[in-house]
Amino acid sequence: MARKLPSTDVVLVGFGWTGAIMGQQLTDAGLDVLAIERGSWRDTPTDFAPTFIQDELRYRYRGHLFEETARETVTFRNSADQEALPMRKLGSFLPGTGVGGSIVHWNGQTFRFLPYDFEIRTQTLARYGQTMVPDDLTIQDWGVTYDELEPYFTEFEALTGISGQAGNINGQKQPGGNPFEGKRSKPYPTPPMKQTYGPTLFAQAAKAEGMSPFPCPSANMSQAYTNPLGVTLGPCTYCGFCEKFACGNYSKASAQTTIIPVLMKKKNFTLRTECDVIKINLDSTGKRAVSVTYVDAQGEEYEQPADLIVVCSYITHNVHLLMTSGIGTQYDPQTGKGTLGKNYCYQLTPSVDVFFDDKILNPFVGAGALGMIVDDWNGDNFDHTGLGFIHGGYIGGYMTTGRPIETEMVPEGTPKWGKKWKQAFVKNYLTSMALALMGSTMPNRANYLDLDPTYRDVYGNPLMRMTYDFKQNDLKMQDFAMGKMTQIAQAMKPREIKKSPRGPHYDIDPYQSTHNTGGAIMGANPQESVLNRYLQHWDVPNLFVMGAGAFPHNSGYNPTETVSALALWSANAIRNTYLKNPGPLVQA
Amino acid sequence: MTRQSFLRNSSCAVIVAALGVSALTMMGRANGQGNDFAQQQRGRYLAAVGDCAACHTAENGAMLAGGRPIETPFGIIYSPNITPDTETGIGSWTSDQFYHAMHDGIAADGSHLYPAFPYPWFTKATRDDIDSLYAYLRTVPAAKYRRPDNTFPWPLNDRTAMIGWNKLYFTPGTFRPDPKQSAQWNRGAYLVEGLGHCGACHTPKNVFGADKSSEAFQGSDIQHWFAPDLTGDKLSGLGSWSQQDIAKFLKTGKTDRTVAYGPMAEVVERSTSKMSDDDLTAIAVYLKSLSAAGSDSASSGSAANQSSFGATLYADACSACHQKNGEGVPGLFPSLKGDAVVQSAKPTTVIRLILNGGQAAGTKASPTMPGMPAFGWKLSDDQIAAVATYVRGAWGNKAASVSASDVSDLRKALKDASSAN
Amino acid sequence: MKSHLNRRSFLIAGASASVAVAAPAQAREIQGQEPWQPHQADAPDPVQSPNYLSFTAGEVAFVEAATERLIPADDLGPGAKACNVPLFIDHQLAGAYGRGQSWYMQGPWKKGEKTQGFQSRLGPADMYRAAIKAIDAHVSGKEVGKKFSDLAGDAQDALLSDMEKGTLTLDGVDTAAFFKLLLQNTKEGMFSDPIYGGNKDMAGWKMIGFPGARYDYRDWVDKHGQKYNLPPIGLKGGPGWNQKT
Repeated sequence: MARKLPSTDVVLVGFGWTGAIMGQQLTDAGLDVLAIERGSWRDTPTDFAPTFIQDELRYRYRGHLFEETARETVTFRNSADQEALPMRKLGSFLPGTGVGGSIVHWNGQTFRFLPYDFEIRTQTLARYGQTMVPDDLTIQDWGVTYDELEPYFTEFEALTGISGQAGNINGQKQPGGNPFEGKRSKPYPTPPMKQTYGPTLFAQAAKAEGMSPFPCPSANMSQAYTNPLGVTLGPCTYCGFCEKFACGNYSKASAQTTIIPVLMKKKNFTLRTECDVIKINLDSTGKRAVSVTYVDAQGEEYEQPADLIVVCSYITHNVHLLMTSGIGTQYDPQTGKGTLGKNYCYQLTPSVDVFFDDKILNPFVGAGALGMIVDDWNGDNFDHTGLGFIHGGYIGGYMTTGRPIETEMVPEGTPKWGKKWKQAFVKNYLTSMALALMGSTMPNRANYLDLDPTYRDVYGNPLMRMTYDFKQNDLKMQDFAMGKMTQIAQAMKPREIKKSPRGPHYDIDPYQSTHNTGGAIMGANPQESVLNRYLQHWDVPNLFVMGAGAFPHNSGYNPTETVSALALWSANAIRNTYLKNPGPLVQA
Repeated sequence: MTRQSFLRNSSCAVIVAALGVSALTMMGRANGQGNDFAQQQRGRYLAAVGDCAACHTAENGAMLAGGRPIETPFGIIYSPNITPDTETGIGSWTSDQFYHAMHDGIAADGSHLYPAFPYPWFTKATRDDIDSLYAYLRTVPAAKYRRPDNTFPWPLNDRTAMIGWNKLYFTPGTFRPDPKQSAQWNRGAYLVEGLGHCGACHTPKNVFGADKSSEAFQGSDIQHWFAPDLTGDKLSGLGSWSQQDIAKFLKTGKTDRTVAYGPMAEVVERSTSKMSDDDLTAIAVYLKSLSAAGSDSASSGSAANQSSFGATLYADACSACHQKNGEGVPGLFPSLKGDAVVQSAKPTTVIRLILNGGQAAGTKASPTMPGMPAFGWKLSDDQIAAVATYVRGAWGNKAASVSASDVSDLRKALKDASSAN
Repeated sequence: MKSHLNRRSFLIAGASASVAVAAPAQAREIQGQEPWQPHQADAPDPVQSPNYLSFTAGEVAFVEAATERLIPADDLGPGAKACNVPLFIDHQLAGAYGRGQSWYMQGPWKKGEKTQGFQSRLGPADMYRAAIKAIDAHVSGKEVGKKFSDLAGDAQDALLSDMEKGTLTLDGVDTAAFFKLLLQNTKEGMFSDPIYGGNKDMAGWKMIGFPGARYDYRDWVDKHGQKYNLPPIGLKGGPGWNQKT
């Protein structure tokens, strides 16, 4: 029987990036905020120090910073005619745990979704008609526009010091930036990173092919920066231990390096660690969240009441929690009814490897967001007429790392082991790079999340089941994008190239990206979405759900900046509207 | 407010008479009674100046209820309870008795206080200030807590031993302004030499733990740190600091070239960051007037032995934060080049930070708390000695070398200290 | 700064008023600080013993032979055996990794599709044990008294290839899964930090030109096309770290 604790104003489920944002916002509003995090306290000098963080085995392969599947995982199948089986080891995606969550180990590649993304259904139909949107392509407008979110994108960039070159300031195109980006009100707070040889060659080739490369907007600081909260970050030293690792010298934006020093000192903020929230409890009407139930490190159950509950524990945990708490109606792919679990999407990340004989690229001189980007083939930035797919992705000429276990650049046809492998590996290690697509994936009627009928977690709850595969739109888009990547690759005049598309089926084993989206989507009405445009649950007004679970589709970009803008936008609605008159912010 | 002036208010006198001593305590905590409140707030400010909490609030302990272990060369003494609890705190003390303690080092029961309580410095505070402190302390929540006994060996655990010590090393006396100096300088002197008790850490001690007044503020060993020289020495003191630097450091915990670590980080967070800009500037003016110590400073002299060993270690293990040129990153990583702590006569602090790491002060004005990671598990005594020697002599720094035995001695001392607590 | 919000305004009539207990002492509650302790570092555990801890002599023979086929010695540099890759694998299997401690190891176990990843009920240590036994038995079934380590290099390669392709069917052992694990561990042993027992003298890193645990390459960002000129260092440093003053 859970022991009941004294109530508080706000409970945050999880203390990762959105937890830090919401904690900072809601304590500023004068509320007493309690964050409940299943993992432990982690901070730079003790847990991410440059005395030990450069350890590929421990971090990348033994997953020291990641969630353990023994504790939480999903079951997976490509389609409903298969039996879902547990994701027993981490592979395709790497969720975090502990203070700071996944933003501790992100790359720092930072993009705003396009204006097109937020009104994707309306704009696609308007431009191309119904034939481009077949029945099973379940794209939806988001219920919020880019223009509404613009100030919050800007606020996020100021908070995190993003290093970049603006492409469009208030409608004026800026040279050297992304000509396709939605218009921004301010330039980036710090200049773009200086590029190494590989991305420079990529950009030269892309430009020669008539495309518009620009430096990747980066959360790895190009110079020391102090944000509006007064927190200082240092300059990135190109160590090459970025994604899957934590930053040792305060130069990658994360909860620890941008918000935590201020938030932790506030009298109205409390953090409880090593406590796993397993349920959100509603009252008998089902219209009000009254508390969360959590299990502490000793296995004791507690009930923590609160007036406002904000779920900040990463999309997979967020959606699972709604399911096991019985909040909302499970989506059924047969009938198309229900909203919880639908529109699950991912990221399509094919690559083209480029091999030189004579150009030393020094891949170990790297940073998570070090690279040049081509956005010409993303969103609706180009005419899709007759192509048979919508959307696209950006092509990145990145140089993020040269870590040897993970970075294996060997030409087409090279065996995976033995003398020939060794020779190819040695020969090509310093002189090759990969072009990669950050490809969008569109929602499909058949791709969804629900609860597994067989497998359970350590608390006896059913695991969440993921039914997901790349569909026709995704694969056609990939073919097209591969063509463009190949074009740029050839223009770099290498000795040879190697094409590595994904698919035809989505494979849960190889690492691709930790960009899971959907399942608790936002939208204009409760028939089609779980959350309203302020990320407020349609059924339970004092429950807000952060994270990329809110995305009705995944764009051809990394999700963090859009997740952050939505959180700041939601916080603004809570502070300025909800608190004055708690209740639904949108009439259904 | 003395009891006499309190009782002059006739209505209060009636209530006091009716309710006895406990009413005095309750009345002392009432808010918004004109003079009382203002004096209490003044006292609260002075309590920050004197940093009472640093000694009188234990880790996880109730506010000012004592029990914090204070290491002295003679053993450990636990701070007493200065909340208004009448049984275990100072709730039954009069303001005269409180003054007697602060000014003369004598407790209400007539016993001598040990100078771990820095009464040789507090003696300079005015009666008025001490009365304000008293008023403030009576507003603090009363907590029941009795401290453990000290671990001093005989005969030091007999407080009458302080009679002789006081005769030799202590002269009570309120601060007397120097008419030749400005009001601002005098204010700074009053704060530094009085409630601020900076010399309790920064002035070297003799074998009996008394201040060597001829070497005032020239830096001192304290609890296995080296509190640096505050005089004008250009290498190891404040000689290359501007007045604004000093005030900024005390207010924010940072300057463009350094950050506060260790015990000073606590001082900044709990004490100096709460002080007014005027007071901090006054302190800076006073400190800048302290002329450099003479040839006694071991820092003046030839550059330390440079070795490629130390240079390699620095490049591989330190430069990603402290930079190749030793200049750090403002507000984040201290500059080692031209730094006083690095070039201190005793290398204790440098070695300690390398061994154990450190967390910088965080204040409202400068919330970032950059942490130096611990290297003690990773580097040997030889390696630490080499890199410490390197930084003490690179980029124009001119401090003496560090030996492997310096490092191993400190490692052992820290280990012994942590297992004792 | 308190908002208009107060707890009472949230309560709808009829909300329960159960008795609450104070926040439990066991919860790790952090308030008003960024916790930090001196000397604290989430540092790794280096391998301590130069001896095999989990492999039997027969298993050692297999692993030494197999890993040497996967990454052989040649004119480019030493192979897996000389770099102590077998010792690395042995020590990994002796610990939490060998038990599959962080993996979801609950049943039921089904074979699954190729896209559903690892589905064995055997953790790594058990998988090595079972697979090596089965493979050696398979070899001696064909040539009496011989084990994998007795075969000629070509024959070993052929067997490894069959495992890789999944065409070697042995009872009770998913040879493709085992091969994948073995290959992964071999590469780990060749290129992980030497504190874990492999990559002896950083030979793996030297072979390819990876500088190891260095942390500041800003001087090299602009040096387009220039070869990096410093030797690698590991978490415990490099040769330049072991002088005496």
